[in-house]
Amino acid sequence: MLVFLGRRIVLTVPSLLGVAVIVFLLMRFIPGDVVTGLVGDAQDISPERLAELRRMFGLDLPVHVQFGQWITAALQGDLGSSIRTGRSVALDLSLRFPVTLQLTTMSLLIALALAFPIGVMAARYRGRWPDYLGSAFVLIGLSIPNFFLGILLILLFSLQLGWLPPAGYVPFAESPVENLRRMVLPSLSLGLILAAATARIMRSTMLEVLGRDYVRTARAKGLTERTVTLRHALRNALIPVVTVVGLQFGSLLGGAVIIEQVFSLPGIGRYALEGINLRDYPMVQGAVLVIAAAFVLVNLLVDVIYALIDPRVRYG
Amino acid sequence: MADLPLVVPSPPRRRSDRWRGPVLFLTRSAGGLGLVLVLAAIFGAAFAPHLTPYDAITLNPPDRLQGPSSSHLLGTDQLGRDTLTRILYGGRVSLGVAGSAVLFALLVGGTAGVLAGYYRGWVDAVIMRVTDVLLSFPAVLLAIALIAFLGAGLTNLVLAIGIIYTGPFARVARAAVMTVREELFVEASRSLGSRDWRIVLLAVLPSAAAPLIVEVTLRLAYAILAEASLSFLGLGAQPPTPSWGMMVADGRRFLALSPWATVAPGLAIMVVVLGFNLLGDGLRDALDPRLKSR
Repeated sequence: MLVFLGRRIVLTVPSLLGVAVIVFLLMRFIPGDVVTGLVGDAQDISPERLAELRRMFGLDLPVHVQFGQWITAALQGDLGSSIRTGRSVALDLSLRFPVTLQLTTMSLLIALALAFPIGVMAARYRGRWPDYLGSAFVLIGLSIPNFFLGILLILLFSLQLGWLPPAGYVPFAESPVENLRRMVLPSLSLGLILAAATARIMRSTMLEVLGRDYVRTARAKGLTERTVTLRHALRNALIPVVTVVGLQFGSLLGGAVIIEQVFSLPGIGRYALEGINLRDYPMVQGAVLVIAAAFVLVNLLVDVIYALIDPRVRYG
Repeated sequence: MADLPLVVPSPPRRRSDRWRGPVLFLTRSAGGLGLVLVLAAIFGAAFAPHLTPYDAITLNPPDRLQGPSSSHLLGTDQLGRDTLTRILYGGRVSLGVAGSAVLFALLVGGTAGVLAGYYRGWVDAVIMRVTDVLLSFPAVLLAIALIAFLGAGLTNLVLAIGIIYTGPFARVARAAVMTVREELFVEASRSLGSRDWRIVLLAVLPSAAAPLIVEVTLRLAYAILAEASLSFLGLGAQPPTPSWGMMVADGRRFLALSPWATVAPGLAIMVVVLGFNLLGDGLRDALDPRLKSR
């Protein structure tokens, strides 16, 4: 297990490095560097002053030296400062990270809580009404844009029924109840869609497992259908599901950028969008780097869980 | 002797095999329904000027935020423009951007994947590492980051969405080519002295086409969702050009007054994406029975 873990962690390094290189290159090579962003449309600035500013930001150095300096600083937790506010990007992100983490975690929990029963029931009652209902849920979930689902939820639960607030954020430490009330709709917007993707794979793997010999043996020795499904089939069906949930986590992080905007949540995704609107590149760069790194690390975590569930993976 | 074919074509399919796919596809109502939805959307976008008496851009403030009526079937938006008209014209942007982006991803990613799968070795290693890095980003986030630096607008939108789907196409093409490159008919072409590009074009690609066709259809669904998401965030088409995502965003501010301006374009996105999803699933079942969804 330790060898597997070590090998997997070593393999993560090139991915993280690749992510860092892309984020860095986006920053450096596309027209309009930090200085252009800072100066904006000011026409009266002299070329000498521009050159001086570029020197100040280290933009006159060779690219590989710039990358070396940038990555060294980033590894030490220094992601630069916002051009507009002068605040540390790393500090800003650390304040916003809990919001995105809570949103994605709650969405994941909702997705799993729904996907398991829907997928298992659809497989167990294949070709009957629970299966058709499950298929309809999956098809709609895979086709609806998350921001539109969010708006429909606001329309129903906030504007029509008046049960939940339509937007805004209250920190958990300030008021746990109000925090949860405001996080339910955003989490549902992401969670329901992830539930559809997960239920689909849950159903197909359950069907595959239910057709295996050992399941037939379990039935033949007189076990109840419930025991066969839950104790024999489900555990083996979980393996591909863990992978899919891990892969879908990326879409959850991407979706968070949009859902935070819909529900005015001050998370990392909204921070990135604020950066885009202000043309504040360090903000965008920092946020993208943190989200992409989180995605790579979650995939590492998924592989570890995968190895824990299925011994064949770590010895294969 | 000079007329000897230099490429051995992929083995001909039996007559019954040849019709098996289309019959399976048409008899599966879900795939057929998907095709109908997709064709309806393309028809609506292509013939928009003939299907509606209204203009998609001209403002008409006296009629703003109306509900559905006989003169405006889906109501009007906050500037008095007919919502159905804007949905029809918006389809041009959504379908056009999604189609162009997927074509870009297919050409770039597909070519890279074919090269990787056919040549293996260092070509494969380099292409796959680049693909891995592209896939290390959540797709929408990478597109947002690209547009942040490229600037908003339709061309950049196509590029950004195209780039994020390059990786998946490279993977599918590589896997498809690798399964056929060791087949006898490919080896026979090689031993006849045929050039690599002829083997790839005439022997390998036809056999590897099925998974790519399925991938194109399903990616179109994703691309429409991505275009809608980016336009919703204001990073896609710019006003007054209508696009579905932007219409949802614009109408959102008037949700309590007139939900139609938001709900109608949202439903349009959903129905078209559903169409591509059904079509893709149907094609997969018909073209490759091994992948048949259970």
